[in-house]
Amino acid sequence: MYRSLYTNRRSFIKKMAVLSAMTAAAGMFPGIVFAEEQERGIPTDANLDWKKAPCRFCGVGCGVLVGTENGRAVAVKGDPKSPVNKGLCCVKGYHSIMALYGKDRLTKPLVKKNGTYVETSMEEALDLVASKMKETIADHGKDAVSIYGSGQWTIPDGYVASKLFKGCIGTNNVEANARLCMATAVTGFLTSFGLDEPMGCYEDIDHANTFVLWGNNMAEMHPVLFSRLLDQRLRRGAKIIDFATRTTRTSMAADKSILFNPQTDLAVANAICHEIVNNGWVNTEFVKEHCNFSKGLTQMGYGLEDHYKFTDKPESITFEDYKAFLADYAPEKVARLAGVSVKDIKYLAAHFGDPNKKVMSLWCMGMNQHSRGTWINNLVYNIHLLTGKISSPGNSPFSLTGQPSACGTVREVGTLTHKLPHGVVMNKEHREFAAKIWGVPVENIPAKPTYHTVEMFRALDRGDIRFMWIQVTNPMVTMPKLKRYRDGAKKEGRFIVVSDIYPTPTTDIADVILPSAMWIEREGLYGNSERRTQYFEQMLEPPGEAMSDTWQLVEVAKRLGYEKQFHYGRESHIEEIYNEYRKHHEGKKHNMAPLEVLKSQPGALWPYVDGKSTKWRFNAKYDPACSNGKDFHFYGKKDGKAVIWQRPYEPAAEEPDSEYPFWLGTGRVVEHWHTGSMTRRIPVLHQAMPHSYVELNPGDAKRMQIRTGDKVRLTTRRGKIVLPASVNERGVPAPMQVFVPFFDENMLINDITLDSFCPISKEPDYKKCAVKVEKA
Amino acid sequence: MPIKSYLAHPHKGKKEYLIQALSAIDECEVLPAENVEVIILVTETDTRQEEADLKEKLEAIPSLKLLAMVSGFDTPKN
Repeated sequence: MYRSLYTNRRSFIKKMAVLSAMTAAAGMFPGIVFAEEQERGIPTDANLDWKKAPCRFCGVGCGVLVGTENGRAVAVKGDPKSPVNKGLCCVKGYHSIMALYGKDRLTKPLVKKNGTYVETSMEEALDLVASKMKETIADHGKDAVSIYGSGQWTIPDGYVASKLFKGCIGTNNVEANARLCMATAVTGFLTSFGLDEPMGCYEDIDHANTFVLWGNNMAEMHPVLFSRLLDQRLRRGAKIIDFATRTTRTSMAADKSILFNPQTDLAVANAICHEIVNNGWVNTEFVKEHCNFSKGLTQMGYGLEDHYKFTDKPESITFEDYKAFLADYAPEKVARLAGVSVKDIKYLAAHFGDPNKKVMSLWCMGMNQHSRGTWINNLVYNIHLLTGKISSPGNSPFSLTGQPSACGTVREVGTLTHKLPHGVVMNKEHREFAAKIWGVPVENIPAKPTYHTVEMFRALDRGDIRFMWIQVTNPMVTMPKLKRYRDGAKKEGRFIVVSDIYPTPTTDIADVILPSAMWIEREGLYGNSERRTQYFEQMLEPPGEAMSDTWQLVEVAKRLGYEKQFHYGRESHIEEIYNEYRKHHEGKKHNMAPLEVLKSQPGALWPYVDGKSTKWRFNAKYDPACSNGKDFHFYGKKDGKAVIWQRPYEPAAEEPDSEYPFWLGTGRVVEHWHTGSMTRRIPVLHQAMPHSYVELNPGDAKRMQIRTGDKVRLTTRRGKIVLPASVNERGVPAPMQVFVPFFDENMLINDITLDSFCPISKEPDYKKCAVKVEKA
Repeated sequence: MPIKSYLAHPHKGKKEYLIQALSAIDECEVLPAENVEVIILVTETDTRQEEADLKEKLEAIPSLKLLAMVSGFDTPKN
């Protein structure tokens, strides 16, 4: 038997209860102070220096105040001036500074020699990295070197990575782990609107009458924002509808919980559109003025094979064509497939169809880690476009993110193979624009994207890539079908550099480990889910020889001979880099706030025009970039119109069968942030959730005589894993489904997941594969 | 059994009385706001009967004007 998961559960839940109440209070009484809770643990005689920063963890971007004393961070509290969290934090935020002080912080560079790691100086380690890059390029070509970063990269980190690899070296082998979490949101936005990122902002929460959560366990993943939803229910009677495949804390807190069978959200979304069209709920004037109808290719496959390629071929259709397509999605036809009653489908549709209700849709990994993820993003936009419930306060389809700068760095700087800070590598004008700012010949930037993340690790396995620099991410925990990619990375002739703050399964595969400065040990900027760019200054000295990822890249760039492009001063480089980066986004559609503004306030929303943040894009009342003389202008598309897409239901890549009869889905828990490399070093969080587990439906568990704590063996076509069972504890999966969190490096669930992905976004589907479940 | 959090609003000028009254109940923990007339109340009970008894006790507090529930977690006690 394993020890119960929840030794300290009740005290932990009490903490959550307090935080929920504090959030509600903050919404009702701006500036309210709960000194006892917020300053608990601060020495009474402390003389602290409080400075602002965005939280290090998720994509919500809460403002925190960090108290330092004698060169050490000793306290943290929510920033009451931050419009994001209004003075509150979740449990991770309140404990964030403890992640700086884990006992096993990496402080010296390590180089693998004869199978063991040997300490060396930073100068020597950076020399070695640069020489190995030169050697690899000389022997195998420039497309044999690559960099893999993340949505935890600060904006300057990602910017210099892109400039070095795309602009100077001349390879598009730049990817980031955000490919695994929100690439689908990007392609959803681009296909529907032509421009990435939400049109609205968190202020929508204060106006919406109904919140529809699409496969989004906000109570655990975005607790501060969820508290804002609860507060609006308390104050204004707003409704929360949880539409999910598993019963979670969010379901329990919602006004209505609707469960659907995995993958069938596609069918239900179309059924909602069917109801909107057939009940006369279409906002005809809005659709006529501002929308087009299109369809794309179907039966695209799932990307399971190496070198898989797919390019959609959009084709215009009429409203009548679209209406005919929806005939197959009448609620009566969809109910059986989706496991959702006709009544519940109509209930959902009625919320969107009611002209007197403002509706906000929120989603995150449930819709993005989906083998038809771009499609389901399009379908939710369809619902909002058909009803005209978009780009106005409270009417908002809102894609949330999970990392502090997934938007700011990966999406806006463009650290993906096809992207540039402004535009894409395939576009000659965009390449010319980037090359001019970067001070490189335009010919340097290749016109073709190379590898998306899964294919990049496949290329490493095959030997097409020989050198990979991994910064601030942990792919040896997060890659699906992990064993193949771990074995591939360990092959002879591969050279792996890992920059991180703690040892992880990814540093285990490294030839060189570079110790990184973390968060407030350096200066930087993050961009959150609502287009808010936030600045933080260096408050602490990094330990030992630890160095920021930005400066590591600058040092290597200089060693490679790019002194001219990387001329930045050590003391001023963040300001110089940010000012250079801002040039890529000049103009009313994406202007970034000046650094001095970001230093003076808790961030600003882009487009930042004439000294003001833009809260609702594409709405002429709020967005100065609208220029068509109408009330709305979807200027991301040439004709100024958004696209309503005809996208059908198609099954997942691998569905349960007689041999593997259960669905396996993976995800996160409130205590740990992603792979747990930081939060597992925070004692209170680690003790609250010390290891992973497999959640079973109580009926299935009873039939199989499995109780909480019993060992359970999960087997897929990729391998096996044994985990302790969790029955009727936190989450409750539907019958014949199991759920496993991925934070535990000692129980690597991704060894058995499937590397299928959305053919358009190339984002893997971590939520669906077939598994056999046995008592071990 | 339930752990619940509430915002407790006192009658005008009765915040200190309310803090004292709530603090005297075993199942209650209080966290007063510094600068606003509101108190966070967290309750923890083991049985449905205890929950019902607590409800009666709270309703009988004269300094309590309004009790608004924010969250409730029905969690097993290991």
